[in-house]
Amino acid sequence: MASTELFDDAARRHGPAVLRVCRAVLGVGPDADDAWSETFLAALRAWPDIANDTNLEAWLVRVAQRKAVDVIRARARRLTLVDNLPDAPAAPGVIESSDASELWDYVAGLPERQRLAVAYHYFGGLPHAETAELIGGTSAAVRRAAADGVKALRRMCSDERAAEGRSR
Amino acid sequence: MNLDDLERAEITALVPVTEAEIDALRARLVERAEADGLVDVAYRTIDTPVGPLLLAATERGLVRIAYQREGFGSVLHTLAVRLSPRVLEVPMRLDRAARELDEYFSGTRRTFDLPLDAALSSGFRRTVQQILPQIGYGNTQTYKQVAGLVGNPNAVRAVGTACATNPLPIVVPCHRVLRTDGSLGGYVGGPEAKAALLRLEGA
Repeated sequence: MASTELFDDAARRHGPAVLRVCRAVLGVGPDADDAWSETFLAALRAWPDIANDTNLEAWLVRVAQRKAVDVIRARARRLTLVDNLPDAPAAPGVIESSDASELWDYVAGLPERQRLAVAYHYFGGLPHAETAELIGGTSAAVRRAAADGVKALRRMCSDERAAEGRSR
Repeated sequence: MNLDDLERAEITALVPVTEAEIDALRARLVERAEADGLVDVAYRTIDTPVGPLLLAATERGLVRIAYQREGFGSVLHTLAVRLSPRVLEVPMRLDRAARELDEYFSGTRRTFDLPLDAALSSGFRRTVQQILPQIGYGNTQTYKQVAGLVGNPNAVRAVGTACATNPLPIVVPCHRVLRTDGSLGGYVGGPEAKAALLRLEGA
């Protein structure tokens, strides 16, 4: 068991990283919150069996990825039911948020592969090779997507700051 | 921190997550965990005249009361190892114990009416701890008398050990056991706490 860390402490320590991953993958909102809850519930279920030397953050992020995929599938099913369209898109766009910082809108606006590469590598701390296993493609391609995504985020941030500067 | 970690820290700082957000998610998680029967040990802390106390309960009942000097962190780790690693802060599960202790400290309660879980003690210690509630509010017995009560008058030292390792102080009143010469003897909460409890009870 993960005897070196209490579940509560682990949830506090890794909660923010897991939430960032869920938000980057699903958008800010109830879907991301649900994926977070499902991830930590799974962790609590597995807690007695998690080996002492497990990289807990990476373990949680991998579970979060599976839970996010579940949420996306459920979302697609819901849409299919509502629209009664057999060809409804499998992964509808990221839901919008009103209460989160604008930065999350920038993250949501990134091309999907950049967004996922940023989510799992920068927010979740997984190596590029592991991210590639989760989202497909080569490690090198994932590295490029993550770098491009981060570059775009930085540009949007500095544009915003520049705009703020001018408006003062 | 290597360069990668620094860059990661810089990027994550762009999308802050507040403590309040995590607290709200955690509260929902606790509800779900409770509903799914995943909280094996629930705990909370309370403030009392003898300092903060940690209360912990299993499904069977109150299993541990700890004084701050015992180190709450290390007590929780011990619970995780000895009972179950599924230890969660769920104050609601300890509402009744907290209320009864509150009443005890305000002088309106003389006996506790709480389900107890004796999982943390065994053998002779358990026998002694189970007999201690027979010493009524405001009364005291000596270690020697308690040894007689459990039918082993020579086991004075073992009674002392049983009192010192009582996992449920206050509710299981080991503070009512004194030395034969009338001096206080040791106490898991420290001699000041023992004296304060006896003063409260008018012993």
